[in-house]
Amino acid sequence: MNGVWQGEAKINAEIPLLISQRLIKHCSVLPSPTLTDADLQTKDQLRTIYRAMLGGRLMEAKLSSLYKAGKIVGGVYLGTGQEAVSASLGCSLTMGRDVYSPLIRDQAGRTGFGEPFLDCARTYLGSAAGPMRGRDGNIHRGNPAEGYLAMISHLGTSVSAVAGVLLARRIKGELEGCVGATCIGDGGTSTGAFHEGLNLAAVEKLPLVVIIADNQFAYSTPSDRQFACRDLSARAEGYGVKGHEVDGTSLEDCARVIGGAVEAAREGGGPQLVVAKLLRLSGHGEHDDGSYVPQELRQSLLARDCVELGAEQLIAAGHATREEITQWSSELRDAVQEAVAIATQEAAPDARTEDWFALSTPSMREGDYES
Amino acid sequence: MIASDVTYIDAIREAQADLLREDERVFLYGQDIGKFGGAFKATKGLQEAYPDRVIDSPISEDAMVGMAIGAAIEGMRPIVEMQFADFSSVAFNQLVNHAGTHYYRTGVPIPITVRMPSGGTPGSGPFHSQSMEAIYAHYPGLVVVTPATVSDAYSMLKQSVELDDPVIFCEHKFLYRWLKSDSLEGDDLPIGKARIARHGKHATVVAYSAMVHEAVRAADILKEEGGWDVEVVDLRSVKPLDTDTVIASVARTGRLLALGEAFPWGGVTAEVISRVCTEAFHLLDAPPQRLNARDTPVPYHPNLWAAHRPTPESICASLRHLLTY
Ligand SMILES: Cc1ncc(C[n+]2csc(CCOP(=O)(O)OP(=O)(O)O)c2C)c(N)n1
Ligand SMILES: [Mg+2]
Repeated sequence: MNGVWQGEAKINAEIPLLISQRLIKHCSVLPSPTLTDADLQTKDQLRTIYRAMLGGRLMEAKLSSLYKAGKIVGGVYLGTGQEAVSASLGCSLTMGRDVYSPLIRDQAGRTGFGEPFLDCARTYLGSAAGPMRGRDGNIHRGNPAEGYLAMISHLGTSVSAVAGVLLARRIKGELEGCVGATCIGDGGTSTGAFHEGLNLAAVEKLPLVVIIADNQFAYSTPSDRQFACRDLSARAEGYGVKGHEVDGTSLEDCARVIGGAVEAAREGGGPQLVVAKLLRLSGHGEHDDGSYVPQELRQSLLARDCVELGAEQLIAAGHATREEITQWSSELRDAVQEAVAIATQEAAPDARTEDWFALSTPSMREGDYES
Repeated sequence: MIASDVTYIDAIREAQADLLREDERVFLYGQDIGKFGGAFKATKGLQEAYPDRVIDSPISEDAMVGMAIGAAIEGMRPIVEMQFADFSSVAFNQLVNHAGTHYYRTGVPIPITVRMPSGGTPGSGPFHSQSMEAIYAHYPGLVVVTPATVSDAYSMLKQSVELDDPVIFCEHKFLYRWLKSDSLEGDDLPIGKARIARHGKHATVVAYSAMVHEAVRAADILKEEGGWDVEVVDLRSVKPLDTDTVIASVARTGRLLALGEAFPWGGVTAEVISRVCTEAFHLLDAPPQRLNARDTPVPYHPNLWAAHRPTPESICASLRHLLTY
């Protein structure tokens, strides 16, 4: 189970099938199904999260092969190994009510939040019909009108933006029951924007959840060149927010801790900072082989594959059967295929019909100053 | 004599008071703007009247603008007060990369107004004197306005907040208390239209913000000195830039001086000359001139400060050169 480094493992898309076959041995005897309401809720929650994790993994596996086939313009950034963290957040939020600003490794969270695979495929493949219309690509996508913010590249900038949506709702008297959430990496916490945003949210006591996926590297830079504090979660107290730590490789832990942080924020507990420990199980992007990640780390507990482990957890707890997981995999794989097939057929943006307007107000537009 | 008792800063305060009263989507966010009323008192008394919509921020320019962007996505019309335009450098990223790109990327416009107390005053030094308009105008997706009169400060702030797009509102600190008028009301020209601040036929000075007043002074001196009639165009907004009004003026005068208080490399004056040269070269009877601040940080001491920026004297010198070419 350890060391599922993408370069060494079988292609990601195969993983759920492989695991589920292997698990038959371990889980031939399932616990008896006498479940309380709380158990049922947990079961539903874990099944939902796991499906989003699988969806994220399978979508990204497809993106990776499209990239390698030269079908994607620009970069591809995967969240391999981070699906439990990402999906636990995305599935705790409700589109339309909550605010979500995912980041670079959040395909699973986006899927859990309700983004269709088609939006992802269209954005990566540059379809004019996609949410970004070929004007922006890959992970830089969203649907802001639905509280699904479209990240910019500059790390840390989403924290204050999500806080702003929440502050606006407070002014309008519509904050009750809403949560805003965003994700960042260990490296992104070194930015001024991250600090300013979290501090602002703390001052305003907003229902903001910030998840730090501490995956040991920022591109090639290890954490000890990024921060000197004992642990990033120690910063929570300094900001005056509630801090949480979680094993980011464990579906059960992520669901409980991240789900709990979201509920705490929803119930008026103010900002929540969750630090998830894990390892990025891919390169920074698909152009990067991650050869700088030392062998010890790849073989450590941090390198457990949350998708594999999650399947074991579900089966061991009797929350799902091997057959179900196989079934989910194949359904999700079909859904990914279908989305990609559609997006591939769609027209690319046309520079001649593009309006080239950066401002919405016609009278404010200047044109290109060409004579 | 007419009572001259409304200042430029009064206009900014009144515009914000009106906006808060008339539009529930409007809220103010900035450092010390609450009970204290702001470093320049542009929000004096407003928190008392609108406690939930006049909010003190931490010293976090990046987050202040990021927050405003989020609030705008949620349908609000935030006005962010930078304590000084100079500190907006800390918010630069959110302004140009987040606010400025949002409509193009997502189709969702960002109606924020960022008030920037701009320009020099004696004794303010390198970090409380800057004119940032060219920096922001360079980026797509931002509207940049530079009111020079009391009534423009009032009407353009209201128009800025009503616009669906992000507006960088450059208000000149030197004009705050010095510039007075008998009324807030003016011609209510829309953003994007320049105004002829002084009519003339021998040369055109294109200026904006406080430099409009320096240009008018210089024109008065030259009128007395040699009977020259210098026309002064007040751009009012540098983006959009009203090229038509500028070219129409140059068509009348044949001579152009572009005047600004910002640093000399590139910028609004270069843009004005570039547009006139590319679109109306045939109208020019003399090489167009530029006059800007010097290429050093803005100095502290009044002696140095006064020589760093264009003055009526240096403007006259440029104009004499232009008029006698
Ligand atoms: C402000 C800023 N500086 C630099 C970059 C370039 N960059 C993109 S991702 C990245 C590494 C981020 O590391 P981390 O925050 O740990 O997230 P991870 O990639 O590990 O998920 C860098 C340096 C950026 N996007 N934003
Ligand atoms: Mg990292």
